[in-house]
Amino acid sequence: MEKILLQLNVNGQGYELYINPKTLLVEAIRDHIGLTGTKRGCDTVSCGACTVMIDGMSVKSCSVLAAQAEGTRITTIEGLEDNGKLAPIQKAFIDHGAYQCGFCAPGMIMSAQALLNENPDPTEWEIREGIEGNICRCTGYNSIVRAINATAKGKYTEDRS
Amino acid sequence: MINDFNYLRPGTLKEALAMYEEHDDCKVICGGQSLLIVMRQGMIAPENLLDIKRIKELDYIKFDKKEGLRIGATTTHRSIEKSDVVKKNYPVLVSMENKLASIQVRNWGTIGGNIAHADPAGDPAPVLIALKANIKVGSAKGDRTMPLEDFFVDYFETVLTKGELVLEIQVPPPEPKTGAAYQKFNLLESDMGVVAAAASVTLDGNGKCKDARIVLGNAGATPRRVKRAEELLVGKALKESLFAEAGKIASEDCEPVADIHASEEHRRHLLGVLTKRMLKQAWEQAKA
Repeated sequence: MEKILLQLNVNGQGYELYINPKTLLVEAIRDHIGLTGTKRGCDTVSCGACTVMIDGMSVKSCSVLAAQAEGTRITTIEGLEDNGKLAPIQKAFIDHGAYQCGFCAPGMIMSAQALLNENPDPTEWEIREGIEGNICRCTGYNSIVRAINATAKGKYTEDRS
Repeated sequence: MINDFNYLRPGTLKEALAMYEEHDDCKVICGGQSLLIVMRQGMIAPENLLDIKRIKELDYIKFDKKEGLRIGATTTHRSIEKSDVVKKNYPVLVSMENKLASIQVRNWGTIGGNIAHADPAGDPAPVLIALKANIKVGSAKGDRTMPLEDFFVDYFETVLTKGELVLEIQVPPPEPKTGAAYQKFNLLESDMGVVAAAASVTLDGNGKCKDARIVLGNAGATPRRVKRAEELLVGKALKESLFAEAGKIASEDCEPVADIHASEEHRRHLLGVLTKRMLKQAWEQAKA
């Protein structure tokens, strides 16, 4: 096995990694770059805790090789805030109690943000479909759906505090 | 634990085919949504991994009224799901994709990878076979095209020989007075199907059945047509009792296995019910 040199762009910042090619994107983000907001859950493309965005699309970073993400724009949960101010969707999650244990939240929020980028005014059913790839084992789905809905309805557009 | 491998990353199709020809014990990764799972489970441990994800030449959806639909192997499920031309001409493909795994998987996983993985529970194959699709495969030595139903050999096995990649899925133009439907039975919406059935029905000028296809998913080692039930329908004025009879044949002419999700008998029962329902849906669309 030969190590490979990779350039990754995470949250607008460039990183140079010299790694084993079998390194998964979630491992590169957490263990090599040190951004631990992205969670490693089931490791089998089921739970969605590791969801990040690649070029604005939600993907599960446990099932993408880090090398495959070279040349793309990767966004993690840390990339949503702006100068220490939370993104509307993050603020909405707090206000609606959409965090319980919090483990699914980073992935859930990335799926929600990807949905809102694509469909700024989703119906409740579209919201539920938008988070179909994310499991919340506290079963806090209703609060999560309410938080996403409130963000879509513009309740948090001005408020980044 | 994923094994160490030598990572091959070609930039063009030509390069990919040359590398694939050159390397023994080589697996191909595209979206990797199935492959990385079986590698992590240690079920396969290839010495070389050929990554074709970035080969843009194979990422396309083209439609022509005479030629039909052509989808490149590295096209993502999500691109197919969101394609206007697919939605207009082959709505059953869009509804199938919409229920395939989760959005994240559809964003990164590809149609060629899904087909080449040859999981009998895969969603696209039964629908594509019902739509009479062909598959184009190729190596450095040349291409060949065959009906998709001839592509699958056994559980996770295909006719691909050393150095051969899936290149393109081809679907003939939609015929008039034709309907097609697909449904899988599953407990969670983003799960794979416990079983699945696809049906297409074409009517003639007198409203009789001109052609019919019934294809079962996860009902044996490969997607399988129920030819005895298709023959029952062709040439007849269709009615619901015929669909029930076709469903009964489907539940007999299959080889589902029992697992943690369902017994063999339960699978046979579901295949019968789904076949009956999909035929009725396809027929109603064909009449409309």
